Amino acid sequence: MATTATAPTTKSWSGGKSPFNVEYGKLMMWYFLMSDAFTFGAFLISYGTIRFSTNGWPDPNEVFRSFPFAPEGVHAPLVFVSVMTFILIISSVTMVLAVHAGHNMDKKGVVKNLIWTIIGGIAFLSCQAWEWNHLFHEGAWWGSNPFLNHDGTASSTNFTNYFFTITGFHGFHVLSGVVINIVMLIMTLMDKFEQRGHYLMIEKAGLYWHFVDLVWVFVFTCFYLI
Amino acid sequence: MEHTAEHTSEHHGEHAGGGTKEIVKVTIILSVLTVIELILGFWMIDIPLEQASFRLAIKGTIVILMMAKAFYIVAYFMHLKHELKNLIMTIVVPLALFIWFITAFLYDGNSFRNLRNTYDPHFKEQSTIKVEKKEHGAAKHEEKKEATPAATPEAPKAAH
Repeated sequence: MATTATAPTTKSWSGGKSPFNVEYGKLMMWYFLMSDAFTFGAFLISYGTIRFSTNGWPDPNEVFRSFPFAPEGVHAPLVFVSVMTFILIISSVTMVLAVHAGHNMDKKGVVKNLIWTIIGGIAFLSCQAWEWNHLFHEGAWWGSNPFLNHDGTASSTNFTNYFFTITGFHGFHVLSGVVINIVMLIMTLMDKFEQRGHYLMIEKAGLYWHFVDLVWVFVFTCFYLI
Repeated sequence: MEHTAEHTSEHHGEHAGGGTKEIVKVTIILSVLTVIELILGFWMIDIPLEQASFRLAIKGTIVILMMAKAFYIVAYFMHLKHELKNLIMTIVVPLALFIWFITAFLYDGNSFRNLRNTYDPHFKEQSTIKVEKKEHGAAKHEEKKEATPAATPEAPKAAH
């Protein structure tokens, strides 16, 4: 009798069923990414608050205006960072293709697209390393800001502190994403996922990698465009 | 384990529908949005600081485009759109806190600046003193210019 009384409950929560219809690890990856979104959100909001409470701010087009092998004193704003943005978008696309290949149990496709994603990640990190090095040689670092405000007045070190902290944090995420992808590549090559019968791990690594791309969308806009 | 197997096969059919076509479509959308953002960014370089509200409008447009890009990445690349509604809600609803965070903190920052401009003369003064622009490349040139005239009178002497 008792069982018949409880029978007409909602289907999802009556047990014996996964209410979100996703695997445990994937769900937890989503919650981890949500917490990570709060971390980056806190950084960017802090940056915004400081920027709003300051009278002047450096012009990003004056600060980020060079690219590798450029002649001295070149004025090419936004050029190098657009290249970096496209590298990350394309590496995100190859990651989707790897996940897609995993759904079809296509090992060759997973390997090929993972390799492209890793190359994209390393290319992005190299670009960032060059940019940091370039800015360092211009005299910019934590606690030192050689750039003037947009209106020609003296600028505080807030600009460089936030720039290096936030892009550094993002770069570290890219680095860990590349390491995760390399581990995934090795596991794929060792037929780990073929034995398990599914490529769900690639999906989870993919979620992390897309998140890294997502954060860059915000960092790119906040530091380079506006 | 049974769950996961069931889950993958269920999702499989779903993905086959959108599949590669959807990926290509979203890639094109993301690239176009980025190019528009960059065009706006390049356009803003030539707009003088005095046209503050116009610059603000462009910045606002860029932020809207940024949100659109974020939506496409999360919805399609991360497949959140194809998950169950319950799952979507547990992710998206907490993130709605950001609406309040951003409003409150930026308002606070702005108010702090206004207060300091009103009551802190030093802070206000700092923002009006122009600093002589010292270009990285230009500074080196000046050094060289100074160095050469100093060296030239010496050179003939040495020759004598």
